[in-house]
Amino acid sequence: MVKEHETENHEAQADDRVAFGFWVYLMTDLLMFAVLFATFAVLRGNTFGGPALRELFSLPLALTETLILLTSSFTAGLGMLAVRRGSKNQVLTWFGITFLLGLAFLGFELKEFAEFIHEGHTWQSSASLSSFFTLVGTHGLHITSGLLWMGTTLVFIWKRGLNSHLVRKLTLLSLFWHFLDIVWIFIFTVVYLMAYV
Amino acid sequence: MKEILLGKLNGHALPHEWFTIGGTVAFVLLALFAVIVLTWTKRWTWLWKEWLTSVDPKKIGIMYFLVAGFMLLRGGLDAIMIWLQQALSSGASHGYLSADHFQQIFTAHGNIMVFFVAMGFVFGLINYIVPLQIGARDLASPFLNTLGFWLYIGGVIMVNMFFALGGEYAATGWLAIAPLSETQFSPGVGVDYWIWSLQISGIGTTLGGINFVMTILKMRAKGMTLWKMPMFTWGSLCSMLMVITVFPLLTATLFLLFLDRYFGMHFFTTGSGGNAMMYTNLIWMWGHPEVYILVLPAFGVFSEVVSAFSRKRLASYKSQVAGLIGVTVFALSVWLHHFFTMGAGADVNAFFGVMTMVIAIPTSVLVFGWIATMYKGRIRFTTPMLWFLGFIATFSLGGLAGVMLAVPPADFQLHNSLFLVAHFHTMVIGGVLFGIFCGINYWFPKIAGFRLNERIGRYSFWFWIVGFFVAFVPLYVLGLMGATRRLDHYDASTGWQPLFIMSFIGGLIIMVGVALQVVQIIASVIQKRQLRDTTGDPWDGRTLEWATASPPPFYNFAVIPEVTTRDAYFEIKQNGGLPKPKYEDIRMPRNTAAGIYVAAFAFIASFAFVWHINWLAIAGIVGVILCLIIRTFNEDTEYTITAAEVEKLEERRQKKHAAAKPPEDAEDMGLWEFIKIVVTWALDVIRNKRWRTW
Repeated sequence: MVKEHETENHEAQADDRVAFGFWVYLMTDLLMFAVLFATFAVLRGNTFGGPALRELFSLPLALTETLILLTSSFTAGLGMLAVRRGSKNQVLTWFGITFLLGLAFLGFELKEFAEFIHEGHTWQSSASLSSFFTLVGTHGLHITSGLLWMGTTLVFIWKRGLNSHLVRKLTLLSLFWHFLDIVWIFIFTVVYLMAYV
Repeated sequence: MKEILLGKLNGHALPHEWFTIGGTVAFVLLALFAVIVLTWTKRWTWLWKEWLTSVDPKKIGIMYFLVAGFMLLRGGLDAIMIWLQQALSSGASHGYLSADHFQQIFTAHGNIMVFFVAMGFVFGLINYIVPLQIGARDLASPFLNTLGFWLYIGGVIMVNMFFALGGEYAATGWLAIAPLSETQFSPGVGVDYWIWSLQISGIGTTLGGINFVMTILKMRAKGMTLWKMPMFTWGSLCSMLMVITVFPLLTATLFLLFLDRYFGMHFFTTGSGGNAMMYTNLIWMWGHPEVYILVLPAFGVFSEVVSAFSRKRLASYKSQVAGLIGVTVFALSVWLHHFFTMGAGADVNAFFGVMTMVIAIPTSVLVFGWIATMYKGRIRFTTPMLWFLGFIATFSLGGLAGVMLAVPPADFQLHNSLFLVAHFHTMVIGGVLFGIFCGINYWFPKIAGFRLNERIGRYSFWFWIVGFFVAFVPLYVLGLMGATRRLDHYDASTGWQPLFIMSFIGGLIIMVGVALQVVQIIASVIQKRQLRDTTGDPWDGRTLEWATASPPPFYNFAVIPEVTTRDAYFEIKQNGGLPKPKYEDIRMPRNTAAGIYVAAFAFIASFAFVWHINWLAIAGIVGVILCLIIRTFNEDTEYTITAAEVEKLEERRQKKHAAAKPPEDAEDMGLWEFIKIVVTWALDVIRNKRWRTW
């Protein structure tokens, strides 16, 4: 009895530590984004004779992406509530929806990139486009790794059930997902909306 | 087809110059030697199971020491080559190095000394000592720790890779300032090797930083509040907080430079709207705090040493901690003093100049605190104490030079002169390296179970410090005379040659000091019976690391002591020693090779990026991802040692210590005696053909 209590205590401490460590990691990631935002802010006007970013953007597309990502954050939240209730099927459903929304977001982003490149506006064209592709693309890479993480976690939950180990993974994953959402809101504001100011 | 398979790699990449052939042969011979020794003594399994896959921070710490020590010799060789070239290359003589080769050498020297020597030693010390000082059995994430170590090893290999493949290292200076480091001006693979050796070891450092912040903030022994934390732990905490603040900037900056070079983007290029000044800003936003990352743990070491060897509490503990935090905070807002001449304008320059001068205040608080600790103390002049005193002298000199450089108008004269080179060597050698040597001499008995030879230790200290001043004072003078840094040749009419020769002689004296340090360690191993530490507390220490055995058991503490005061172990000793232990079950992490695999794939991907081999890069990245997935979904990473087992282990160790003869009261051997012993041994081996029985 005493032993079980101690193991539980050990686990709880580990959970606490890991969550704290993950927050620290998120802050380091945020600093990396800070560099990319700063370079974008400095270089966005350097179009080298090419069209301004405003002329390339499609605001409805960016808004659609934003709404999709916000919704996915909401469904991830519902998924975490399902984790609290311990209902495996609901967890799989909500995170499954989150996964699909994330995939849709990525699809729209790639579509935008493909259109740019098709029209001859590649990352090699000018410093302005280099910084645009890098900032938005890095966020996209994060979404991709989040999806990879989500996919594998869901497969393991489906196989092993909701054990404490996987619950910890999901907690961190949802933190990561909301973090990416916040970064995207800044991207939407700084990259897309401010292009029209 | 060949390009798809091998990228830019082809027959020309193989070594064909004297230094690349020499380097490759030297590394191959060393590796061959290691392989033969390991096979002969049948130690492969032992090496893999006990060391390479270990997650024990103590073992990882020792591995950091070994690699960093080896890299110190490698970087020192570069230093001697630079000195020799500058001593020779005046007027009609052009020395023995081509300009291009000379540039590669000083770049490699800077990178190796900062990233793989200083960082390696600092991480080694933190790994070994911090968990012991805070009464923890392990780190918050043992896996991240081994991963960080193996990424560091990946960086070490990458920085030396160019000998075997490519034949050139970056010729850009240690920070590869753009646009010089862009493809247009540096088309070879040198800069790519630079990018990737820093990138992977830097990511390892960030992971280490996260891990130690977690460990120090969340895993301290019961009762150890932040205000009761030992100073070395404080220094490490501040340093690691700075790591997690600025290393992401380095990662991002290197990433942008990589994008420029690999994908033809235009962040820092001269054309297409790129802005090279961005690079200078970004890299120094990391680069300046980096030197404080190195020096803060060294400050911690000095605080421990001065208090232990003055037999006094550290004077003004709280202001010392405030000093550390002050340095940490101010260090983040001084980066622009590296390029006052870039033209940011008088207001910006004034702000950063003032901030730079302000940082001398918290540093002086620390220095005066140490001096006050010595005041009326009963000082023992042991080797660690000598390193500390040497530090006070050199560091104060270097600090004053730093304040001079912080004045923008003066800096316009001194910028990129040898005065600057002398200044930062004073800080990094006198501050960081002396701190590391001080710490190694101080904690060696804890790590090895016997202390280091004091006599030869003193000799090595004196050679180091005399050599240091002979080598670097001339550089201050040369700098004031107008000699710029990174000169591979200068005119005879300048009259600089005597000073350059003097500086070279100083370098040779330092080399003698380094050789004596190696001798010191060997002599101590020979005499280890006499130098043995059976108590676990050879210096009458004050902090928790001395409360456990030397060397500590793999679980550090059988029972984690409770802390009531700042000098926790001193207090325990005053109150009659540790209470009778009540053993309990201990959870420990299992060894894992996952860190090695992940780092190996990361290395493969980096290598592929250097040579533009796209398929291999993708394969490497996929490998990293798969290994991480396998590792993170492994739920069986810990095991339990029961209380009974702990008791058995502890009893066995106590019996062994009781059976060991008390140390004989012999003096530490001197240099002459050491030479006699070695010669006798060698003659004996040759005469009696002893190698047959090995």
